[in-house]
Amino acid sequence: MIRLKNSSSNSKKKQLDIHAPKHFSLILVIGLILLLVTVFASLVLGARVVSFQELMDGLFYQNQDSYGANVVQKRISRTVFSLCCGVALGIAGVLMQSVTRNPLADPSILGVNTGASLFVIIGITFFHINTAGQYIWLALIGAAITAVFVFGIGSMGRGGATPIKLVLAGAATSAALSSLVTAIMIPSTYAMDQFRFWQVGSVGSGSWDSIAIFIPFLVTGVIIALVSAPALNALALGDDVATGLGVRPGMLRFFAICAGVVLCGVTTALAGPIGFIGLLATHAMRLVIGPDLRFLIPMSALAGAIILTFSDVVGRLIGSPGELEVGIITAFIGAPILILLAKRSKVRSL
Amino acid sequence: MRKQTGEVNFIMEGMRQRRRRWLFVTSILVIIAIGLCCAMLLLGNTIYPVNVVMRSLMGEEITGANFAINTIRLPRMITGVFAGFAFGVAGYIFQTMLRNPLANPNILGITSGSSVAAVFCIVVLHTSNTVVSIAAILGGLVTVIVMYFLSRGRSFSIGRLIIIGIGMQAMLDAVISYLILKSAQQDIAAALRWLSGSLNGSKMTEAIPLVMLVIIFTPILLVLGKQLSMLELGEQMATSLGVATDKMRVTLIISSVILIAIATATTGPIAFVSFLAGPIANRLVGVSASNILPAGLVGAILVLFADLIGQFAFEYRFPVGVITGILGAPYLIYLIIRMNRKGEL
Repeated sequence: MIRLKNSSSNSKKKQLDIHAPKHFSLILVIGLILLLVTVFASLVLGARVVSFQELMDGLFYQNQDSYGANVVQKRISRTVFSLCCGVALGIAGVLMQSVTRNPLADPSILGVNTGASLFVIIGITFFHINTAGQYIWLALIGAAITAVFVFGIGSMGRGGATPIKLVLAGAATSAALSSLVTAIMIPSTYAMDQFRFWQVGSVGSGSWDSIAIFIPFLVTGVIIALVSAPALNALALGDDVATGLGVRPGMLRFFAICAGVVLCGVTTALAGPIGFIGLLATHAMRLVIGPDLRFLIPMSALAGAIILTFSDVVGRLIGSPGELEVGIITAFIGAPILILLAKRSKVRSL
Repeated sequence: MRKQTGEVNFIMEGMRQRRRRWLFVTSILVIIAIGLCCAMLLLGNTIYPVNVVMRSLMGEEITGANFAINTIRLPRMITGVFAGFAFGVAGYIFQTMLRNPLANPNILGITSGSSVAAVFCIVVLHTSNTVVSIAAILGGLVTVIVMYFLSRGRSFSIGRLIIIGIGMQAMLDAVISYLILKSAQQDIAAALRWLSGSLNGSKMTEAIPLVMLVIIFTPILLVLGKQLSMLELGEQMATSLGVATDKMRVTLIISSVILIAIATATTGPIAFVSFLAGPIANRLVGVSASNILPAGLVGAILVLFADLIGQFAFEYRFPVGVITGILGAPYLIYLIIRMNRKGEL
C-alpha cells in the first residue's frame, strides 16, 4: 500500500535495517521491566492493597470466593484496558507529530478530543444512546471532522502547519466546540449527569466488553502505523525527497492521519478525553532512541501504556478511597511538558 | 514655510477628526448600553411597563414587581454591565500591551486561574463571597506571576507565551473538571457556572465588590491609557518618550488582572468577551486612539445582549457564557485564518 517503491537490493535494505538506535535493546528491556512493574502495581495497589496470595488466586481463578481475588480480577480488566488506551494514544501521538512535522501535535491539544466529545454528547442528548459500541462511531466521526478542520486552518498561509498555528487552531476549535457541548448539555439533566462523568477521562470503566470493542480498532491502527513507518521516515526528509524515494505524500498523510484519528477517537469514546499521553510518550522516547519511526512507533506505544497505567495507579493512590481520574493526572504530568517544549524550542520554529 | 503650516493643519485636522469619531462612537455605545440595561429591567416572564419599573426602583411598594425588578433583574443587570466592562477593559489592555489580539486573559489561562480558586472556595471550603473574590484575585495574580517566570527566556516570543498559556489552562481546567465531578449533586448547577459564565442568580451582595473594584480601577487604567498607546509604538520608542515601561506594565497587568478576577469570581468565565471587545472597539473607533472606554462599553454591551438572547431567544434559558462562546468562537477562528493568510503567526 504505502511502501518505499524504490526497492533497492536486499543487502542494502538489510544494512538500512540494522541501524537500530544506540542501546536499543537495553532501552527495550528497561521498558518491558517498567511495564511489568506498572502492571503489577496496577493489580496490587489501590484503595485496598491485596496480598500476594490473593493476587495469585485472582490471576489463576482459584479460590473465587475470596474478596481479594475478586478485586484483582476487576483490576485485571482495568489494567488491560488502560494498556490498550496507552498504546493507542502513544501511537496516535507519534503519527500526528510525524505527519504534521510538528512537535506539539497531540489529540488533546489539537481539539480532536473535544470534537469526539461533541458528537458523543449529541448522541446522548438527542438519540439517547448509552452503549460504548454506539459512542465509538459518533466519536470517530467527530474526531475525524475536527482533525480535518483544525489541520485545514492550521496549514493555511506561508510555512504550512507550524506548531503555533496548529496549536492555536486547535485551541480555538476546542473553545468553539466546548461552547456547543455546554449549550447542548445544559437543557438536559439526563445528558448533564451522563456527560459529567464522561468528560473527565478515566479507565475505571474498562471492562472486558469495552476491551473487545477496542481490540479490532487498536489492531488496525497499530498495523497501519507500523506499515507506514518507513515511508513516514522518508516524509520527515521533506515532501520532495519523499516523492523522490517513491512515497506518495498525500496518500501517506491520509492513511497515517486516519490511523491516528481512529486510535484517539476510539480511546476517547471508551475512556473519555485523556490528554497529553501522545505528547509525553513520543517526546520521552525520541529523547532516548532518536527520531527513527520504525523504532519510535512501537516504543511510544510501550511508553504510552506505561505512562497511562502508572498515572492510573497514582490516581488511585492519591484519590483513595475513591480515585482521581487518570485524565486529571495526565493533564498534570503532560501540561508541564508542553510548557517545557515551548520554552526550549527556538522562537522561529514557534 | 507655508507648506509646513499646511502639514501641521492637516495633522491637527486629522486629530480633531479622530477625537470627534471617538466621541461619537463612545456616545453611541453608551446609548446602546443604556438601552440594553433598560431592556434587562423591562423584559422577563412578566413585562412591566416603564412607569412601574421606575416606581419600583424608586422604592415604592408594588407587589410582585418589587421582587422581580429589585431582587432579580436589577442585580442581574448591574452584574452584567460591570462584569462585561471589566472583561472588555482587561482584555483590551492585554491585547494592546502584548500587541496581539490572541493574547487575552482567556487564552493565557488567567481566567482559569481565577476560576480554580473561586470554585475551590465555593465547592470545597464553602466560604463567603468576600473570600471567594479575594481568592479569585489571588488565583489570577499567581497565574500571571507563574506565566511571567515561565515565559521569561533568552528572548520573549508571543507564540511561546500563548503555548505556555494553553498548557497552564489545560492543567487548571483539569482541576475545575475534577472539582465539579466530585461536587455534590445539588451543587452541580452552581458549579457549572464555572464552565461557562452565567448571570443566573446574581445577587446585589455579590455585585457590590465587583462594582467597587471597577469604579476604583477604571480611572487608573484610563489615566495610564495614554502611556499605553505609547507603549504600543514599541518598547524603545516608549522609553524615549518618557514612559517607565516596566513599572507601568506591572501596574497595568495588576489592575487588569484584578478586574478580570473579580468579574470571573462574580459571573464565572464569560467566554470570549475579553477577547472580542478590544478588536470590535478598535474597528469602531480606529486603532490610534486609546480605546479603553469603548472596549469596556463594547464588553458590557456584548454581555447584556448575549444574556438577553440567552434568556429569551430559545425555549430553554441558556447562560450568557454559552451564547458569547457560540458567537465568539467563529470570530476567533476567522481571526486565526486571517492571521495565517497574512503570515502574521
